Amino acid sequence: MLAMLLRRLGLGAITVWLVSIIIFVGVEMLPGDTCTAFLEREAQGKLLENCREDLGLNRSALVRYADWAGSAVRGDLGVSANGQKQISELVGYRLRNTLLLASGAMLVGIPLALFLGVVAALWRDKLVDIVVSTTAIFAMTIPEFVSATLLILVFSVWLGWVPGIVLTSADAPLIEFFPEVLLPIAVLTLVMTAHILRTVRSSVIETLASDYAQMATLKGVPYWQIVFRHILPNALLPTINVVALTIAWLLGGVVVIETVFNYPGLGRMMIDSISDRDLPVTQAIALIIASVYVVVNLAADILTMLANPRLRTVHMRKG
Amino acid sequence: MTSAETTERDFLAINDLSIGFRGRAGTMVPVLRNISLTVQKGESIGLVGESGSGKSTLALAMMGYLKTGLKVIEGSASFDGIEMFTQARKSLETIRGGRLALIPQNSGQSLTPTLRIGAQIAEALRLHSSLPETAHSARVTELLSQVRLPDPSTISERYPHELSGGQQQRVAIAMALAGEPEALLLDEPTTGLDVTTQAHILELLRDLARETGMAMVYVSHDLGAIARVCDRVIVMYAGEVVLEGSAKQVLRDPGHPYARGLLASIPQLKDTHLPRALDGRPPAPGQVGNGCAFVDRCVIATENCSAARPELTQGPSGAKTRCHHAERVNEIPLIGHREVSQRNLPETISLNLDDLAISYARPNLFEKLTGRENQATATVDAITIALRKGETLGLVGESGSGKSTILKSLAGLLPPLHGSVDVADGTPLPARVEDRSASQLRQIQMIFQNPDESLNPRQTIAQILAQPLKLYFGLSGEALNERSAQLLEQVRLGAHYLDRLPSQLSGGEKQRVAVARAFAAEPDLVLCDEITSALDVSVQAAVLELLDDLRRENDTSYVFVSHDLAVVRVLSDRVAVLYQGRLCEIGPTKDVYGETSHPYTEVLLGAVLEPDPDFSPTLSANDAVELSPPKAGCPFQRRCPKRIGDVCDTVIPPRRDFADGHTIWCHREDF
Repeated sequence: MLAMLLRRLGLGAITVWLVSIIIFVGVEMLPGDTCTAFLEREAQGKLLENCREDLGLNRSALVRYADWAGSAVRGDLGVSANGQKQISELVGYRLRNTLLLASGAMLVGIPLALFLGVVAALWRDKLVDIVVSTTAIFAMTIPEFVSATLLILVFSVWLGWVPGIVLTSADAPLIEFFPEVLLPIAVLTLVMTAHILRTVRSSVIETLASDYAQMATLKGVPYWQIVFRHILPNALLPTINVVALTIAWLLGGVVVIETVFNYPGLGRMMIDSISDRDLPVTQAIALIIASVYVVVNLAADILTMLANPRLRTVHMRKG
Repeated sequence: MTSAETTERDFLAINDLSIGFRGRAGTMVPVLRNISLTVQKGESIGLVGESGSGKSTLALAMMGYLKTGLKVIEGSASFDGIEMFTQARKSLETIRGGRLALIPQNSGQSLTPTLRIGAQIAEALRLHSSLPETAHSARVTELLSQVRLPDPSTISERYPHELSGGQQQRVAIAMALAGEPEALLLDEPTTGLDVTTQAHILELLRDLARETGMAMVYVSHDLGAIARVCDRVIVMYAGEVVLEGSAKQVLRDPGHPYARGLLASIPQLKDTHLPRALDGRPPAPGQVGNGCAFVDRCVIATENCSAARPELTQGPSGAKTRCHHAERVNEIPLIGHREVSQRNLPETISLNLDDLAISYARPNLFEKLTGRENQATATVDAITIALRKGETLGLVGESGSGKSTILKSLAGLLPPLHGSVDVADGTPLPARVEDRSASQLRQIQMIFQNPDESLNPRQTIAQILAQPLKLYFGLSGEALNERSAQLLEQVRLGAHYLDRLPSQLSGGEKQRVAVARAFAAEPDLVLCDEITSALDVSVQAAVLELLDDLRRENDTSYVFVSHDLAVVRVLSDRVAVLYQGRLCEIGPTKDVYGETSHPYTEVLLGAVLEPDPDFSPTLSANDAVELSPPKAGCPFQRRCPKRIGDVCDTVIPPRRDFADGHTIWCHREDF
C-alpha cells in the first residue's frame, strides 16, 4: 500500500516534469522570444541584445530550462515580461480568486450532483428522473458562454439581483467579490452538476441491477438500508474519478467563464498573457494547471484506493 | 383443489403459476408455464433441468421475487399461507432471509464487495434473529465454522474478493442459515465446490433439515447432489414440469425421455462408458409449438407429439410424467454408448516434466541480489511426469491443489521456479511463452474453463479461427475459409457458424469453437482447464465425446484438469492426484480408481456422489481445506485418515511402485 502510494507520487512528479519540458519546448518553438515581444518594433540591434543579456536569454536552452525549472521547484516562477513583476505574486491572487470560484461551485455542485444522481437512479423513468436527466443534458450541451449570457440576461439585466460583470480588482479582499462572484459560480455549478450527476445515475442504476443488490433484497434487508449499505458505497466509487476531473477542470482556470464575467482568475490571466505575448507568465500558468491536474487525479486515485477494498488489499484468489 | 385448501395444508405452494416477459410483438412470452407444486415442512424437493429451463426463476418466484422484466401472467406462490406476490414490502422483508432464505447461484457476485464477510452475516442476524447485538460476532464465527471454513474469525474480517469461489459459496450458505430459516431455497449451491466440501455441506444441510424440520428446494443440474438431499424430484424442461416423482422413481428409472437423456449424459464413477450426449438444445421462450416442448430432441417422438401438448399424468413407474409415450421411454438407454477402452499407446514421449516447481511469489530485487529467491515455498513442487504421445493425463485434486498452476506453467504463462519441461525430441521448452518459437507455440494449445471469457466477443467465429491458421500456417483466402469450415465440421458445427459472433452461440457451442481454435494449430498437446465445468451435463457429454473423437483422429495428447472425478475417469489414460501442489499418486486410470490407492485418493473418491438415492458418500471428519502446505513431511499429513505417526509430519513420503507404472507416495506399507 505504502509502496503503491510512493510509486504513484513518483509517477506524478515525473508527469509534471515531462509536462514542464513540453511547455518549455513549446514556448521555445514559438517565433521570437520575450524580448522581441516586449520591445515590439524596437526589437533590434543593441536594445534587443541588452534585453536578452538582462533576461539571460542568450544562454543555451538547456541552461535556461534548468534555471526555470529549478526556480519553479523553489516556488519562484520568474518575472513577467510586462512590468517586470514577480509572477508568483501575480499568480497568487489569481489562484486565490479561481479557488473561490471553484470551491463555490464544488460546495454546491458536488452534493447536489450526488443527491440528484441517486434520486434520478432510484426513481428511474419516473417524472423526477425525466426532469433531472433532461435538464442535465441541456446543461451539458449548451455551451457555457451561452448559459452564462442567458443567466446574465435574466438575473442581472431583467431582475437586477446580481451584477453581471466582475469589476473587483484581482488583489482585492475576497469579501469584495460578493455578490459579483455568484453568477459565475452558478454557471459552473450548472455544468459540473450535470456531468457528475449523469455518472452517478448510471453507476447507481448498474449497481441496483447487481446480484448483490438482489441478494440483499432476498435477505430481507429494508429498502433504504440496501440503498445506503449495499448500493451507494459501491456505486459512488467510480464517480470519484469523474469528480476529480471536474475539480481539476475548475481549478485549471475556467477560461471561458472568467472571460465572459471579466473575472480576475487564473484562466483569464492566461488568456491575457497569451495576447500580450508575456511568455514567462504563460509558461508559469501552464505549469500550474498541469500540476493541479496531476495532484487532483492522484488524490482521486488514493481516495478510490482507500474506499475500495478490492484495490486496498492484496488479491488472494488464485487458480 | 381450491386455493384456500392449499394454504391450509401446504407449506410452500406454487399454484398454476406462469411467468413471462413482454416480447417484441407486445404479447407475453412465458418463461414458466402453469407450474403447480407443493413442499411440506421437513420435505426436500429437487428441481432439475438444463440452464434456461426456468428452475431458478421458479425458486425466486417462491420468494415473491421476479427478475427485472418478468411478470406474473397467472397463478400464485405462497409460503405458509402467505401469498407472496401480493404481500407488502414490509411483510416480505420480515419473511425473506428469515423464515424463508435463499442460497444464490454465483455467490461471488451476490456478496456486497464493500462489506466485510462478518458484517454481511451479522446483518442477517440483526434483521432476523433475536440474538442481542453482543452475541452476533460469536454466532458469525459459529456459522462460518459450521460451513467448514478454515479459520472462521479471520474469514469474517475479510472482504468477499479475498476469498476463493468455494469459500464465497460457503459464506453464502452461512448467511442463509443465519436467519434459522424454516424453508431454504438453494440455487445450485454446491456447483464449483470441491467434491469433499460439497459432500460435507450436503450432509450439513441434510442434518439441519432433519433436526429442524426445515423444508428445502434444491435447484441443481447435479443429479448426484439431488439424490443425496431430496425426497422428491421435479424435472423441468422449457418452463414446465415434465416429470415429478420420488427421488427413487425419477433417478432409477426416469419416466420421461428428457430425464432419461439427462441421466445418461452424466458420467458416473463405476461406468466406463462415454456418457451419451443429449443432442439439440431446448426451445427458446416463446418458441414452443403446440406439441410437446421436447419433441425436437426426443428419440421416440411420433407425429402426435408435435400436434398435441401432453398432460402431466401418472406414468408406469408411479411418477407423474408429461409424455405421450410414457410406456415406451425405457427404450431409451441409460448407459453410455461407447466403451472407453484401454488404449495401446506408443512409447514415444510427447512431453517430459522433470522435477517441476512453480511459485506465485515473485522474488523482489533485494531477494534476487541476496540469493534468497529460492527459499519461497513453492505452490507446486517435485512434479515429474512423462506424457506419452496421444496420451490423456487427468489431473485431479481439490482447489488449491495446483492443477491449473501446472497448466499455466506448461502454457508458458508462469515460469517454473526450477525443473524443466522437454518436448518430444528432448529439447527443453522455454519457460516463458514469449521465448517460444512459433512451432513450439503451435505444439501446445490451451482451452479455458469459460468460453465467454476466452473468446473475443467482437470477433466472428471466422476471425477467431483465422488467427491460428494465419499465424502458424500462413493460410489466406479460399484455403483459409475451407480449413475454418472443416474445423467447424470437426467440432460438429456447420460452416454457417463462421459469420456469427460468440454471443449468438450457446455455451456448449462456444466451447466447441474454443476446441476448434485449439485444434486449428494442429497441436501435439492440448491443455484443458476445467473445460466442461461451466457447461450443462448434457452439453458436457457432447464435449467429452468430441474430445474423444478428436484425439482418435489427430493423435493428440491431453492434459485434462477437472475437479469432477467421474469426468476425468471418462477420458484419461492416466491420472495424477495432486494435493497442495505435490503428487500423491499417479498411474493408469483403472488402478488409481481401483482398490489400491493413496489415502487422499480414497477420500476424494469417497466423497463423489452418485445419482442414486440409496448411495451415501464415505466422508472423513477432518476434511477442512487447508490454505498452505505443511512445512515438512507428507503434504496430506493433517487430513490423512490413515496417518501412521510422526514420520508423516517429518519425512517426505517415499514412492511405492506398483505394476504398470502405478506409483503412490505414502509412508504406509500395507497396500
